[in-house]
Amino acid sequence: MKKYDVVTTISYPKKGAMGKTGSWRVFRPILDKTKCVKCLRCWIYCPEGTVIRNKDDTVDIDYEYCKGCGICANVCKVKAITMEREAKKK
Amino acid sequence: MAIKNLPVEECMIPGSAACPGCPATMALRIVFKALGKNTIMVVPACCTAVIESLYPNTSFDVPVMNIAFEAAAAGASGVEAALRQQGKGDTTVVAGAGDGGTYDIGIQALSGALERQTNFIYICYNNQIYSNTGIQRSGATPYAAWTTTTVGGKTEFRKEMGEIIQAHHIPYAAQACVSYPEDLYNKLKKAKSIKGPKYLEIMAPCPPGWRFGMEKTVDMGIMAVETGAWALYECENDVVTFNGKSKLILEEKIQRKPIEEWIKQQGRFGHLFKPKKDVTRIKTIEDHTDQIWKRYRKKYL
Repeated sequence: MKKYDVVTTISYPKKGAMGKTGSWRVFRPILDKTKCVKCLRCWIYCPEGTVIRNKDDTVDIDYEYCKGCGICANVCKVKAITMEREAKKK
Repeated sequence: MAIKNLPVEECMIPGSAACPGCPATMALRIVFKALGKNTIMVVPACCTAVIESLYPNTSFDVPVMNIAFEAAAAGASGVEAALRQQGKGDTTVVAGAGDGGTYDIGIQALSGALERQTNFIYICYNNQIYSNTGIQRSGATPYAAWTTTTVGGKTEFRKEMGEIIQAHHIPYAAQACVSYPEDLYNKLKKAKSIKGPKYLEIMAPCPPGWRFGMEKTVDMGIMAVETGAWALYECENDVVTFNGKSKLILEEKIQRKPIEEWIKQQGRFGHLFKPKKDVTRIKTIEDHTDQIWKRYRKKYL
């Protein structure tokens, strides 16, 4: 990456600038690919951009950075995404 | 524009400091998709300044200049002038401020920049509070809403920034909502293609500030539009056209939903329902909304 030599503080873009934000998650989105109709609503509404859009319009979830807000599950018209608790009670 | 046709390129990098379910990041993703990488952003004190994350890293893949609270539009004017001098007129300059930095603190700089015909886009994401500093009341906070500085509910109505902007007679001004990404994208694309000052206000329902579940951000935006609490419109050279559901409400093709449906899902209006339903204040909100739409019909139909 190009660094700039200027007399001020500059931040440089980095994935995970606040660390692995996936650790914030309480509920984990689980995608059922057989139900998915590729409408991409989860992809466009995901605040964090952690729903990855593949070339054939299928989606994957980036669990490393997903904060588990549950918007994707809420906007999914066919209920292909469900939210499950991260650590199940023993 | 269908969702499928929106660009794949992302300038919002995952792992930012935004709260889960943040409407501002949702809006910013679409802003960057529409404006592309050849963009310089000017950010005053607001949630976006937090979302950028901590030095020495940032989550934005476009150049960003941070500036004082009241100076977003003034800073953008300076950046635009510098780019013009260097012959880089094709770079889009965007000022992205919250409602506090637009309605209250930044209004004089904004008004000045609009009057000077600065060639930039001013984006105000309106979450109706100063949420970055911990939920204080702003000029955009609606009547009866709880904030940390209006504990029993705000006693004044919010101001209509859209109409203040229209009084500047700029080439393009619009109101959008994060729940309608295609509409927002089209408005941004149009704003980008026009020369001169452009203003875009985005309704952004804030989960911690409005006190609702973080998975409901999109629903809250849709409800705001359907109940008439927020209007989607664009104003091009003083000609106002309403879009989507707001157009149907304006033309009275559909009835707007009662505003009670929207506010009862938000904890900030909780004191209107518990322990006893406050019928008078709910009716005041309802009547005020009716009045706004009556004025819209008189002006724009």
